[in-house]
Amino acid sequence: MKHATIVNNQTIPVSEIPEISYDEFFELNAGFITESVETHCVNYFGYPAGEMTKLICCIADDLHHVIYVSSCRVNPTGDLPSLSVNLFCFEKFEREIHENFGIGFTGHPWLKPLRYAHNRKDKTQTIANYPFYTIQGEELHEVGVGPIHAGVIEPGHFRFICNGEQILHLEIQLGYQHRGIESLLLSRSKLSEQVQIAESIAGDSVAGHTLAFSSVWESLCGFNATEDIHFSRTLALELERIAVHTGDLGAACADVAYQLGSAVFGRLRTPIINFLQEWCGNRLGKGLIRPGNNTFPFTPDLSKRLTEVLHVFEYQFIEMNDELFSMPSALSRFERTGSVSLENMVSIGTVGMAARSSGLKRDIRSSHPHSLYGTLQHEPIVKRHGDVYSRLQLRKQEVPQSITYIRELMTSVPEYHPEPVPMGPLAPGSFAISLVEGWRGEICHCAVTGNDGKLLIYKVKDPSFHNWMALAMAVRNNEISDFPICNKSFNLSYCGHDL
Amino acid sequence: MLGHIKILYHEGKQFIPDVTKAQVPGVFKGRPVISTAKVNEQELVDLCPLNAISAGPVTLDMGKCSFCGECARQFPQKIEFTTDYKIATNSRESLIIREGENQPVGINPLLVRKEIHDLFRNSLKLRQVSAGGDNSCEWELNAANNVQFDMGRFGIDFVASPRHADGVVITGPITENMAEPLQICYDATPDPKIIVLVGTDAISGGMFAGSPAIDRSFLDKYHIDLYIPGNPAHPLTVINGLLDLTRKTK
Repeated sequence: MKHATIVNNQTIPVSEIPEISYDEFFELNAGFITESVETHCVNYFGYPAGEMTKLICCIADDLHHVIYVSSCRVNPTGDLPSLSVNLFCFEKFEREIHENFGIGFTGHPWLKPLRYAHNRKDKTQTIANYPFYTIQGEELHEVGVGPIHAGVIEPGHFRFICNGEQILHLEIQLGYQHRGIESLLLSRSKLSEQVQIAESIAGDSVAGHTLAFSSVWESLCGFNATEDIHFSRTLALELERIAVHTGDLGAACADVAYQLGSAVFGRLRTPIINFLQEWCGNRLGKGLIRPGNNTFPFTPDLSKRLTEVLHVFEYQFIEMNDELFSMPSALSRFERTGSVSLENMVSIGTVGMAARSSGLKRDIRSSHPHSLYGTLQHEPIVKRHGDVYSRLQLRKQEVPQSITYIRELMTSVPEYHPEPVPMGPLAPGSFAISLVEGWRGEICHCAVTGNDGKLLIYKVKDPSFHNWMALAMAVRNNEISDFPICNKSFNLSYCGHDL
Repeated sequence: MLGHIKILYHEGKQFIPDVTKAQVPGVFKGRPVISTAKVNEQELVDLCPLNAISAGPVTLDMGKCSFCGECARQFPQKIEFTTDYKIATNSRESLIIREGENQPVGINPLLVRKEIHDLFRNSLKLRQVSAGGDNSCEWELNAANNVQFDMGRFGIDFVASPRHADGVVITGPITENMAEPLQICYDATPDPKIIVLVGTDAISGGMFAGSPAIDRSFLDKYHIDLYIPGNPAHPLTVINGLLDLTRKTK
């Protein structure tokens, strides 16, 4: 066997992941990706192992609900053949490994810095000198936007090459948000501190990232979460999905200058996040999810309250959607804008709702179920056209689906276990992986521990890591004035990418 | 058209009539109160993941606190988080809550520069810079402008260009990679201008304090006009803080 086969949230000894030569590693992982669209790369990273660098690649097989993990040991000063030559889904992963360890990947289409991490190998590369792609031509011009944008949003730089009003090419340069999350997770010793760092990976995906962190941690400690813990987490994740999807619909309305939609969806988010505050004291659910612990019991009062909130919310949400999606002036801005073909989505390795909007069924809730998704029997909603309209329709339909799940969950609230079961130490010399379907898509956290039981590497991958490229593809041949609506329809995370 | 009227009718009035007196629903972790009860202070200090608590006498620094509430859960007789959301202040010192005191935190009008009252009393345009913010404070700043909190009714708005702004609102611990853009943005803002820090990350670095990827030297150079704590800061904290800064006089 050239690889280990594990399931979501499983821990295995590192020694059980076969270490093969890079050539075999290359053949194996390229084979996984080419043989089916059901297999995709969820994480590929390196970490120092003595003088050498150890590479670990995790490929999820959605059809068989397993993850293939393979590894190899390479010399960081050498060059390796690039997987990205034919398989673009490896493009960012290889850039990251190149940036951190200096390994060259021959044939890589553009081995540029990824996020200008503080621990990058080549410190002479600075964010102000990013090598943008350029085209010469008398009729072309460049438009640079950012890092600071017009709205109250995070920083990132967009460089457009336009022919008149039409976008020929967009290059997205990120890294401004880099806070050193992965190294802080290693250097901080208190779990209470580490979990707060995980909570801050992306403030709009608090439940998603904290759940992934907690699952990795619990898996490494051999802790089996009780039913009430799973219940709270599933509920929090679905509430987060409803809140963000609703806010995104509002933001899309604002971008096509539809005031009423913007106002109504904008305020409809409030009852959902206010419910989170009533539950745990924080509108974004910070503090709600903790490894090995159910800090905030879901009481019958809360259950009653949530039933009321959803009852009112659902009616108003549907009423506003019916109006929005029957307005020709709004539809003409959504339809056929920012389309990405299924073929391109597969090639880039897109995940989550962006993938599902183009007909690519990728949803961890059904393919690698965690928490209570096994019992919910989730069936992903899939759209075909891959345009702004599809991505908004997907949100419109996923919200009622989440409400249905919440109602189903609330029919049998598990008994609360007030006393936390103490968690043991981390298993030494082990590897653990957790996949979580946040509202944006698949979140993947991986951890490797050393023989002393301490973390050797903690690797975070936000769905935005794959999906930023999809945005760059979406805007091609669109009017530059449609960029905001395209961007909003993806609503990708800057800090989740930059870490 | 009829559909629009129907929606408007169903929505009714959404705005909060008086943002200075609104109540927040359910549990809310606002201004903490520390009692004089005797507890093992060292245990309390060690408990705080962000080193916001110090002993002898026990104090809690809201500029470092992430409002996780762990201290109140483990030492309920010692620390309690009240629903008082008016915790923005113009003095860093006022963010430190002391044992046995139960005083509101607020703006000291004597420390406010005269031109802030003169010029920004009825109109304050702000440029927001996210410098490593995790999008939670940004999300709440946007919420402050929605139809419910409706900060715009007070003449306070976020504008697209620093050239149009009266001040810079910073969120996030200020990453090394954002240090230069932040400086450029600040320099492009015409005088007189204010600096507002929103969120624990911005005020002290929060959980990122000491990270090699952040560069907070910008803050050493300038006077900070307003600290708005929270993780993230609640829209009501933001609005009341900005209103008090520009309008509260002695």
